[in-house]
Amino acid sequence: MAAPEPEAPTTAPSRAKDHSPWNWLLFIPIVVPLIPVFFNGDSPRVFGFPRFYWLQLAYILLGVTTTTLVYQMTKKRGGR
Amino acid sequence: MWRDHLTEIIVFTFLFLLVSVMGFVAARWRAPKDMAHLDEWGLGGRSFGGWITWFLVGGDLYTAYTFVAVPALMFGAGAAGFFAVPYTIVIYPLVFLVLVRLWSVSHRHGFVTPADFVRNRFDSPVLALLIAITGIVATMPYIALQLVGIEAVLKTMGVTGDNALARHLPIIIAFAILAAYTYQSGLRAPALIAFVKDSLIYIVILVAIVYLPYKLGGWGDIFAAADAKFDASPNPNDGILLNGNNQLQYVTLALGSALALFLYPHSITGVLASRNRDVIKRNMSALPAYSLLLGLIALLGYMAIAAGVKPLPGAKEGTVDSNTVVPLLFDQQFPDWFAGVAYAAIGIGALVPAAIMSIAAANLFTRNIYKEYLKRDASPAQEANVSKITSLVVKVGAVACIVFLDPQFSIDLQLIGGVIILQTLPAVALGLYTRWFHRTGLIVGWAVGMGLGMWMLYQVASPTRKHFGGSAFPLSEFGFDTTRTIYVGIVAVAVNLAVAALVTLALRAAKVEEGVDGTTPDDYFADEGDPRVTPGTERDADSAREPVA
Repeated sequence: MAAPEPEAPTTAPSRAKDHSPWNWLLFIPIVVPLIPVFFNGDSPRVFGFPRFYWLQLAYILLGVTTTTLVYQMTKKRGGR
Repeated sequence: MWRDHLTEIIVFTFLFLLVSVMGFVAARWRAPKDMAHLDEWGLGGRSFGGWITWFLVGGDLYTAYTFVAVPALMFGAGAAGFFAVPYTIVIYPLVFLVLVRLWSVSHRHGFVTPADFVRNRFDSPVLALLIAITGIVATMPYIALQLVGIEAVLKTMGVTGDNALARHLPIIIAFAILAAYTYQSGLRAPALIAFVKDSLIYIVILVAIVYLPYKLGGWGDIFAAADAKFDASPNPNDGILLNGNNQLQYVTLALGSALALFLYPHSITGVLASRNRDVIKRNMSALPAYSLLLGLIALLGYMAIAAGVKPLPGAKEGTVDSNTVVPLLFDQQFPDWFAGVAYAAIGIGALVPAAIMSIAAANLFTRNIYKEYLKRDASPAQEANVSKITSLVVKVGAVACIVFLDPQFSIDLQLIGGVIILQTLPAVALGLYTRWFHRTGLIVGWAVGMGLGMWMLYQVASPTRKHFGGSAFPLSEFGFDTTRTIYVGIVAVAVNLAVAALVTLALRAAKVEEGVDGTTPDDYFADEGDPRVTPGTERDADSAREPVA
């Protein structure tokens, strides 16, 4: 009964849909915005915004791009 | 004086009444023949598509309090307040990975709350009860905070009275209306109102970020004004950039808040109401549009500095209510009618999440306390009825919090709320991936994490108070030779996990019974139209076959 890790071969088709290597890409927008060395600075400024602000706002784009990419790559059944 | 703000008050009241009508009409919107089912009232029939989910979840996560408090934090502390941006970036990939599994397993078994899932997965009514109580306790102050958002607006418009009752009368009226239409329409009401709320907020913000920098001399000047203010302040940890002491706090707070946000019952309610997995996944790439909005709203705090805004006095003598900086900025810089629109956006922005939160808390009570302990054979119609009444009780409780307690107290409670809801992470979020943890281990871990979290929060002092002064725990308290601070919730949940793992190993060695898993690996990938979906979503199904939840 214990630990029914979804490893059973009978579930292979749906597993393929859910466990795609593309999913690993999602760790980029989770990890990158949490590294202060990248964004904690003043220069260069963009439109008067210090790097701290514009770079973190730009990470939103990073998040959107990655999630969209992973969604497109994983949405079709067995789509490799 | 309120007479000076007449135009604002008229615009505000008009828009407020407009959405109230929408709230009542919502019962008929996309409604089935029979609203007397918890799936219909509490989850909108689990039928929401991409757009509705986008507005609903967005309206749910970005609350009036966020829109008022984040800029207030920027106004007071600078860069540290910007944590809300990374926080709302990291959350979506996390959800993309985790909550779709919760959606699938809930769809398959008819779960309405995260505690339903835990009950079935770990075969433990006790653990499920703990999860349910944690959810309700964490949600209550969150609802009260929405009122703080409305109150900041009313205060700025001069709508205040001499005694406690007169001062709070507008909020009591607003909440009575909210309670009535939530009672009638369930989750459909906030879903419909969210369209109006977000349209208003988008309009206001787009105007604000174009018009205000133009009036205030450009972004360079705005940042320069903020920089000058923080340079002059005696606090070593403010400034337009982070310093060595608060970077760890910044990233752990962003991560911890993101993890906490999607464990809150109301976020899960929003996700479970969507039609299928695709809707959720697509939304996770579309919802960050709100993060951009939030980042720009945060910068209103700096604009308020540049515009020389002085916050209104707080409840106690000698304090200031920094939550009023954004409403004051609008009041000073916008024409009256547009300030009224902006205030309505904030006010309505409070109603949407408050409605969803009260529904989520009511669902938890109904499913995991009423049905589990009070009336095992409750029919779906009885469940829906209990939930409707509970949602009223929850709202009365939230209003009482604001009327009888210092609003600061709600803010403290919400701080605690984030830390305690995080303690459900091992059972709910990790439970979606593995059943390795023993149910008793999870209970012990929960208790230890909770105790440690409370103790740490109690130790945190701020310039104005000795305890519960914030969530930044100085690492020197643990004996480290440093001035760095860390977010309490992250430490508490890490200890919770470690304890749960150790107890699990011990219990397994002692061969203690671990119960039967009510889910199968396949359940975590089920999608719309899955033939194995158990009744519960089927209105005409035999209620006796309702899955044991």
